Amino acid sequence: MTVLQQVELTVNGVSYEREVDPRMTLVDFLRHELRLTGTHVGCEHGVCGACTIIKDGQAVRSCLMLAAQADGTSLQTVEGLRNAESGELHPIQQAFIEEHGLQCGFCTPGFLMSTLELLGDNPNPTDQEIKDALDGNLCRCTGYQAIIQSVRLAAAKTQSGKLAGAHGSA
Amino acid sequence: MLLSVHIELWGFPMKPAPFDYYAPETVDEAVSLLKKLEDDDIDAKILAGGQSLMPMLSLRMARPDALVDLGKIKTLDYIREENGVIHIGAMTTKRAAEDSALLQQKQPLLHVATQHIGHRQIRNQGTVGGSFAHADPAAEYGAVAQALGMEMVVVGPDGERVIPVDEFYLSFLTTDIDCSEVLTEVRAPVMPGGTGWGFQEICRREGDLAIAGVAVTLKMEAGSCVDVVIAVFGVNAIAARLDDAEQVVNGNTPGEALFAQAGKAAAAALDEPITDVHATAEYRRSLIATLVKRCLTEAVSRAA
Ligand SMILES: Cc1cc2nc3c(=O)[nH]c(=O)nc-3n(C[C@H](O)[C@H](O)[C@H](O)COP(=O)(O)OP(=O)(O)OC[C@H]3O[C@@H](n4cnc5c(N)ncnc54)[C@H](O)[C@@H]3O)c2cc1C
Ligand code: FES
Ligand code: FES
Repeated sequence: MTVLQQVELTVNGVSYEREVDPRMTLVDFLRHELRLTGTHVGCEHGVCGACTIIKDGQAVRSCLMLAAQADGTSLQTVEGLRNAESGELHPIQQAFIEEHGLQCGFCTPGFLMSTLELLGDNPNPTDQEIKDALDGNLCRCTGYQAIIQSVRLAAAKTQSGKLAGAHGSA
Repeated sequence: MLLSVHIELWGFPMKPAPFDYYAPETVDEAVSLLKKLEDDDIDAKILAGGQSLMPMLSLRMARPDALVDLGKIKTLDYIREENGVIHIGAMTTKRAAEDSALLQQKQPLLHVATQHIGHRQIRNQGTVGGSFAHADPAAEYGAVAQALGMEMVVVGPDGERVIPVDEFYLSFLTTDIDCSEVLTEVRAPVMPGGTGWGFQEICRREGDLAIAGVAVTLKMEAGSCVDVVIAVFGVNAIAARLDDAEQVVNGNTPGEALFAQAGKAAAAALDEPITDVHATAEYRRSLIATLVKRCLTEAVSRAA
């Protein structure tokens, strides 16, 4: 009989405590235990990036971790992007809509989360830096050009948002 | 009854086969646990970042009875310099190595090789130790370890062992680390001043495992190349230095013709290269010839 594993973690600011089968992957935990189905599963072995989430500030593939390994971590998934109070979409989401950075949308949660890490580290990336940050995410629809344009626009939006914020608080 | 079984299968899919899970908090605890599991004839595997092991578990290419997760051991996460040697804790993430100013300044070859490993999302979670222990033939670190003469430190029931790179890699995905041992640290010498170095690889998509790659170090003395080291990866079960190609360059004046000749010597010196879905043995040979040439040119341009 498998011994269940105690897991305590935070997802999008909400604390959870669960007992899991040690062999449950983190992405299955998010989708099936927490019912956060925004994170997608594509290849389930680390190749496509659809399952990308943020763990303690860094983008990781949630299919390549056990839920048990996430004990004590703070996670962010695509559900955590939109503003919880106003319901407003995140500037990255807004940019992907405006620049048509998606078609079927299957890969999109992964691209959004990889972009979130990129713009957190580097608010004004060059095209090469955008490509480097996204080379682990596959998209079978868009041909990538619109995605790169979306990230460019997202950078501009977050930059101007920050400037406006700084201005307002000054 | 049937319905509940059905719901359980749909509700809680499990890709890996069942295993017992342990998360020791110290190296000593991990070693005693591994020893006990070994004595009890239980097939145990160490889990570090999981970036190579998780796909193998999910595809059920690996079905260990027990996993020993090193993630709770906090003492194996460091990069420091002591007496001209850089020590990297096995559980340091590749992202931390990539972000390390110390590594970038003092051991740029190891630093650049780290940047070539996988995608950022893989480097955020995958560890330096995991890459050495996994011993993938296409791992950048294999060639860098050969080129720099790195050492690996393992701790087992009988204490610590320091393994030189020549004795560390045994075969395809196989190292000298024993079942009850933990790799705790890897060591690389600080790059001596004036050393020129080159690193090149070819892969289908940036971040994928390389089809073939080369690492070079050399020095310039009175206009000639000396101390030339050429190591290749991705072509055979383990990365290797190519003495024949090194000898072509050693003591000679750098130049395109010489480097092309070294490339040819390197390609000829390879044992029968791997043929797989990515490339044939012949294609790999021709890549090595080209990459050796490019790496030598790069190294000479960096040498002081
Ligand atoms: C999409 C993708 C692309 C990749 N591209 C590359 C690439 O270009 N180059 C490359 O080199 N790698 C690549 N990898 C592999 C990646 O670098 C892994 O992170 C690495 O090989 C293993 O490190 P880990 O910490 O994740 O170890 P794990 O996956 O946890 O472990 C790997 C193996 O090493 C053993 N092990 C781990 N740590 C220790 C230890 N301290 N002591 C003893 N045994 C240990 C484990 O038992 C296991 O057998 C890629 C992986 C993916 C998914
Ligand atoms: S589902 Fe995780 S990388 Fe494809
Ligand atoms: S939008 Fe369909 S896979 Fe990317």
